[in-house]
Amino acid sequence: MMDTGHHDNEIIQSVLRGNQQAYTVLVNRYKNYAFTIALRYAQNREDAEEIAQDAFIKAYRFLNDFKMDQAKFSTWLYTIVTNTGLSFLRKKKQYNDSLDDENVFASADRIDSGMNANLVESKSKVKMVNEAIKLLSPDDANIITLFYQAEQSIEEISQILGTDTSATKVRLHRARTRLKEKMEKHFAAEVKDLYSL
Amino acid sequence: MNNEQHIDEQLWKYIDGFAAAEERTAIEELIRHNLDWKQRYDELLNLQQMLQQYTETEEPSMRFTQNVMDQVAMIKVAKATGAYINKKIIRGLALFFIITIASVMIFNLGHINWSSTGTATGSLDTGLDKVEPGKYLNSTVINIVIMLNVILGLALFDRYLTNKKKKATEL
Repeated sequence: MMDTGHHDNEIIQSVLRGNQQAYTVLVNRYKNYAFTIALRYAQNREDAEEIAQDAFIKAYRFLNDFKMDQAKFSTWLYTIVTNTGLSFLRKKKQYNDSLDDENVFASADRIDSGMNANLVESKSKVKMVNEAIKLLSPDDANIITLFYQAEQSIEEISQILGTDTSATKVRLHRARTRLKEKMEKHFAAEVKDLYSL
Repeated sequence: MNNEQHIDEQLWKYIDGFAAAEERTAIEELIRHNLDWKQRYDELLNLQQMLQQYTETEEPSMRFTQNVMDQVAMIKVAKATGAYINKKIIRGLALFFIITIASVMIFNLGHINWSSTGTATGSLDTGLDKVEPGKYLNSTVINIVIMLNVILGLALFDRYLTNKKKKATEL
């Protein structure tokens, strides 16, 4: 179904009246953001798709509980994606892996060496920033994604993460600090080039 | 929090637009006149611009929407959670407890001898002296109560440790 530009709430009301196909518009509208958030919790694209799909299905099932006058649909959906991602991690028992895990740094080294080779041909700033985000913990990567890509406000992110705005600001600040450290550690030359521009 | 962390926190507040007017003025002054602040500000602003310009969303597979809609076709939208709770039943239960408590209080207040001078014999005849605790509180019951308390205590301790670990990983 084509995205006709209707507001989310209009589409939701249409779905609740029985027009199931209208939900396609919402899925298409938010699937990229939902998938990107899910990728923060999954190790691969297949798992991320599974998380994002589960989230959309849960959102459909509990659409009657969505309070249109209190929040945006995107905020509510990203809350479901985040919680589904966390449940996924708990099931896979990956949540307790610390950042000192050897596998994390091993994969970072592989990314780094791969990046250097690619950057000889073309300086992909986009790839560097996004690869650096992948090196963060799921919680740090998620808050960066919600703030910069999903363009959620601090209040909306607080709702999604279940914290207050002060705690959200602190978490965002720490996530950015860690991201900067990751970039300086694993992509030092590229970061130096960027700072010199 | 060390000095560098403090500077970063203030600068992020400024860059994100969360600083109050007075704070903004103070930070701007520091950026203008303090080399450390100026250098840090430039670095953080660069990072901010990188994050704004170069982060990209990933796209799922072409079949993603179809997969979702295939599953959605098999389920129905559930009733709102509030619809499962019958408020009349909750009001009824509340009324029952209020009436019970009020009746007991009124009954006991009605039987108090207000004209007495507060002697030891002027106690309420509740019949509690006829109750034999020993009949009910035998060793089995006491052991069960202790076990329940131990299990509860362990569950709370586990919850405390989990939260502590969670906070440690967040930091």
